Amino acid sequence: MKDGGEGQRARLEALLAAGRPNPWPARAWAALLVGLMLYAAIAFELIGAKFVDGLPRLAGAAAMMLPPRGWEHLPEWLWALGETVAMALLGTLLGALAALPLGFACARNTLPLRMLQFGFRRFADALRSLDHLIWAIVFVRAVGLGPLAGIMAIALVDAGTLAKLYSEAIENTDRKPLDGARSAGASGAETIRWGLLPQVLPNMLASALYMWESNTRSATILGIVGAGGIGYQLSDRLRVYDWGEASTIILLILVAVYAIDLTSARLRRALIVGA
Amino acid sequence: MGTALAVRDGRARVLADALAAYRRRRRSRAALGAILFAAAVLLAADLGGFDPVRLVAGLPRVREFFSLLVPPIRSGQVIEDLSEWYWGLGKWLRLLADTLLMALLATGLGTLGGALLSFPAAANLTPGPVAYWISRRVLEFARAVPDLVFAIIFVFAFGLGPLAGVLAIALHTLGAQGKLFAEANENIDMKPLEGVRAAGGSPRDEIVFAALPQVLPNWISFTFWRFEVNVRSATIIGFVGAGGIGLELYEALRLSYYDDAGAILLIVACTVFAIDWASEALRGRIMHGAGA
Repeated sequence: MKDGGEGQRARLEALLAAGRPNPWPARAWAALLVGLMLYAAIAFELIGAKFVDGLPRLAGAAAMMLPPRGWEHLPEWLWALGETVAMALLGTLLGALAALPLGFACARNTLPLRMLQFGFRRFADALRSLDHLIWAIVFVRAVGLGPLAGIMAIALVDAGTLAKLYSEAIENTDRKPLDGARSAGASGAETIRWGLLPQVLPNMLASALYMWESNTRSATILGIVGAGGIGYQLSDRLRVYDWGEASTIILLILVAVYAIDLTSARLRRALIVGA
Repeated sequence: MGTALAVRDGRARVLADALAAYRRRRRSRAALGAILFAAAVLLAADLGGFDPVRLVAGLPRVREFFSLLVPPIRSGQVIEDLSEWYWGLGKWLRLLADTLLMALLATGLGTLGGALLSFPAAANLTPGPVAYWISRRVLEFARAVPDLVFAIIFVFAFGLGPLAGVLAIALHTLGAQGKLFAEANENIDMKPLEGVRAAGGSPRDEIVFAALPQVLPNWISFTFWRFEVNVRSATIIGFVGAGGIGLELYEALRLSYYDDAGAILLIVACTVFAIDWASEALRGRIMHGAGA
């Protein structure tokens, strides 16, 4: 009886093992990744004197951040913060508007000319392959210092990112409503309006709102290269090691980011569940 | 018979009226929303100094900038011109390797920290309200402060070089991953955890054997995506001296060495391309394997 149970167990385990994928490739990859990280940790002196020596200095800087000082600059900083929020809003809006036609051009089912569609997709990839900060440098040169450069930097990266997300949403739509619209005699544009848009619009709005949140965070640092907003004030205070005033600005940024996150979450719920 | 029809007509009219009222309410709410949105955009355009004239006037300069990035390459001596353009290839590739290692290490450290904090920060798994509150605030702080700001502070503490960049990106990653992981944790089915508890498992066993298997596919997907984001961050974190190829790029741009800037930008863009593509392919394969 006991032997029979053991034999059955062995057979079951053999069956289970046969069903499982070979674990060794995954283990080799994991070992390689961990090895690379370990190498980096040693090469960058994370495991080493540099890290240990820096900790007291970090604690010193953190101690000097308290209490937050410089409240007399508050009006100036609030203005700069407003500039930052405005940059994120306009940049996202322009980016989302540009991404709409680009997204359709990047989707296989709305642009059947494969060569052209592939080209548009690589163009969108190129837009988002460079960080906001690099585009901001380019636009500071073109349109001068100030938030306009930041708006354009955010708009370009967003156009690329949102076009990718939009095209994926468009490719994942159900064909049947499109066929239905077409068989009812709709033109090409009408098919997209009544067959496709209702399927992707909530998705698109949600993506755009998510980018707005993310861009508000990105916009807080664009000032480092002169593209306007609170980032200029912050990097200025940090460069001269004015930790007290820097911590006030960081506090303001936290409040603004938190407020935008809450607004965006509420809007998303209202627009998408309510639709 | 006639009265029944009349009653039905009456009911239909009530329903039609209700529908019309609902539509009116929806329309007026939509109009109010549109007005608020337009006002916000106009306010933002004013505050952000959005000046179409200045923008249009500047656009030729964007084109000019990009044309300066690529030096003239003559058809007769492509190899010579290319090798002159990429005179610093060895140094740049080394910096690029640094950049990728920074992104990898920071993703690993930040994801580990975020994963640990995501359990107390999930309402259904937290040991208590105090742990919940503290872990949530830590994650929010780490997420809301941009990595470049952390980098400036860490360069002060740990000196110039990749260590500051790794720590800065790792800290920001901790916040971002922790929040996403905590949301995934909150969406799990609690029954397997009850099963493990009923079988005599400890709270740790509940997490390892009942919670982790449910969230792991999501976690892996978020981690690949975060690695892509971190590669981009690592390319620019050097702007403030925190290691990687960013400092070289920033100096080239600042000193108007356009050829060098162009060469580096092209390398960076190609690398980001390749990483995105590989990460997407790998993610697809792993997710597919997990589903099978």
